[in-house]
Amino acid sequence: MRIQAERLSYSYQAGSSFSAYALKDVTLTIEEGEFFGIIGHTGSGKSTFVQHLNALIKLPTADKKFKPKKPKKGQPAPVYPSLVIGKYDLGDKKTNFKELRSKVGIVFQYPEYQLFAESVYDDVAFGLKNFRSELSEEEKTVLVRDAISAVGLDYESVKDASPFDLSGGQKRRVAIAGVIVTRPEILILDEPAAGLDPLGKKEIMELLHSLHRDWCKTVIIVSHDMDEISENCTRAAVFSHGELKFVLPPSELFLHDEELKALDLDIPVTAKVRLALKAKGIDVQTDFTEEDFAEKVLAYYKGVRA
Amino acid sequence: MKAVEFENVSFSYQREDDENRKFAVKNVNLSVEEGEFVAVLGHNGSGKSTLARLANALLQAQEGKIIVMGMDVSDPAMQFEVRKNVGIVFQNPDNQTVASIVEDDIAFGPENIGVPREEIGRRIEKALSDVGMTQYRDRMTSALSGGQKQRVAIAGVLAINPKVMILDESTAMLDPKGRREIMQVVKRLNREEGMTILLITHFMEEALLADRAIVMNRGEIVMQGTPDEIFERHEELETYNLTLPGIGALCKKLQDGGMPVPYVLTPEELAEEIAKCVFRQNG
Repeated sequence: MRIQAERLSYSYQAGSSFSAYALKDVTLTIEEGEFFGIIGHTGSGKSTFVQHLNALIKLPTADKKFKPKKPKKGQPAPVYPSLVIGKYDLGDKKTNFKELRSKVGIVFQYPEYQLFAESVYDDVAFGLKNFRSELSEEEKTVLVRDAISAVGLDYESVKDASPFDLSGGQKRRVAIAGVIVTRPEILILDEPAAGLDPLGKKEIMELLHSLHRDWCKTVIIVSHDMDEISENCTRAAVFSHGELKFVLPPSELFLHDEELKALDLDIPVTAKVRLALKAKGIDVQTDFTEEDFAEKVLAYYKGVRA
Repeated sequence: MKAVEFENVSFSYQREDDENRKFAVKNVNLSVEEGEFVAVLGHNGSGKSTLARLANALLQAQEGKIIVMGMDVSDPAMQFEVRKNVGIVFQNPDNQTVASIVEDDIAFGPENIGVPREEIGRRIEKALSDVGMTQYRDRMTSALSGGQKQRVAIAGVLAINPKVMILDESTAMLDPKGRREIMQVVKRLNREEGMTILLITHFMEEALLADRAIVMNRGEIVMQGTPDEIFERHEELETYNLTLPGIGALCKKLQDGGMPVPYVLTPEELAEEIAKCVFRQNG
């Protein structure tokens, strides 16, 4: 499913004197199959954007009471924000939002704090109870088993355990299993590696790539960690003060180092070293992944030697 | 004077008669001088948080002895005094907020230990200015950012006038900006106010600010030294599941590719070393 957002705007407490844009005129297309990154500060609008994607925030035109305003004479008809994901038009009140939500899964920040059931099995199966109530118990068991295995846990040994007895990394995996169990086509994760140690981070990113390969066509991560973005994403969008500033592949995005710094955002380590080298007269072209950067530096070094 | 002293300390979360009992902290010897800044590194589950809880008598060691500012923490009569001297800032800012207004939140600690009213006012003022939050005194705690909440949590600890502050992964849930804010406050408290700091973290770059770093693995202290010394032993660090983030990995890749760069910690240093290699080649 392709995500097409056009002129997406949103303000909290609209109409009151506190009204402020959380999202302003955002037009963005995310293709099926991407491993997409969303970057931005706290308050940049990235969460508001993500919440639109599974209709946690509905478009004004999807409101039951919505009636299009009649344009005043001599003025153009008002243009409303639009958001289309695959066959679902999120601006249409007749859209089956429940079905959409089972197709677009969101894993929130620190999802392990949202575990609640008595057993890992019940926790993971909860989504099915809501979205796929027509399934028999046997069918549900198959789906739950597959989801738990997909996140790299051993089904037999964890299914009856209390989620609270698991380690932090395992809890996070259970929480992810609880979202992918409905077989979403798009999986969105808010800061999936936050709070993990370096090894845990590496493991979680490997898990996301394996899910991207075998489970969900599109993966979208929201992250502060520019190294994570440069190492993993096909493209990334940068939000600031509700506006979309860039949508580029990392290899091009991090060439805009000055602009990113002006937005108070960081750049990957590789970009920092590249800049410092440039100041010394050594120009290295790289896509900013560690692998490629090291390769290019070595090639430069060997070129000089030859 | 020694601020914190651990002598052969062991602790297990399991019962003593459990045959498969595992130790979260095992045979730890550690001595922290007053005014010292010590970083404790270790992957998740290495025992570093248990160490923090032992130092402030939230947990009691089953073996060994812990002395804090000259007081034995196992003595029930001293535990109140120990906690006045050792403040802990935890990981999740939302779990440490007790009041809805910033100044009430900071007052909670001193009120509990019976500090007179006027004195509480003075302490709040001092604590807020120490963490750079003076203008937020009347704000709702719920409307603060994560970094600001953590600074309020630190102010709440400061208001008790502790001698030792333990930060137990206090920056792990913050964004890079919030993390920088906290580290600046901690650094200033140590350098200017002489506060003893025990910084528990898995962000290797934060440990750079410390006078000394110790590495924990499976409950034991496995490495000790200045941060530079520790980072130089990167191969050993990797066996404890601790990797140098980004920059260290780059150094390794370049070394593996036959470029003689040493291990460095900042992008600027690495660029410097690469330039040296390149220009040396140039003649």
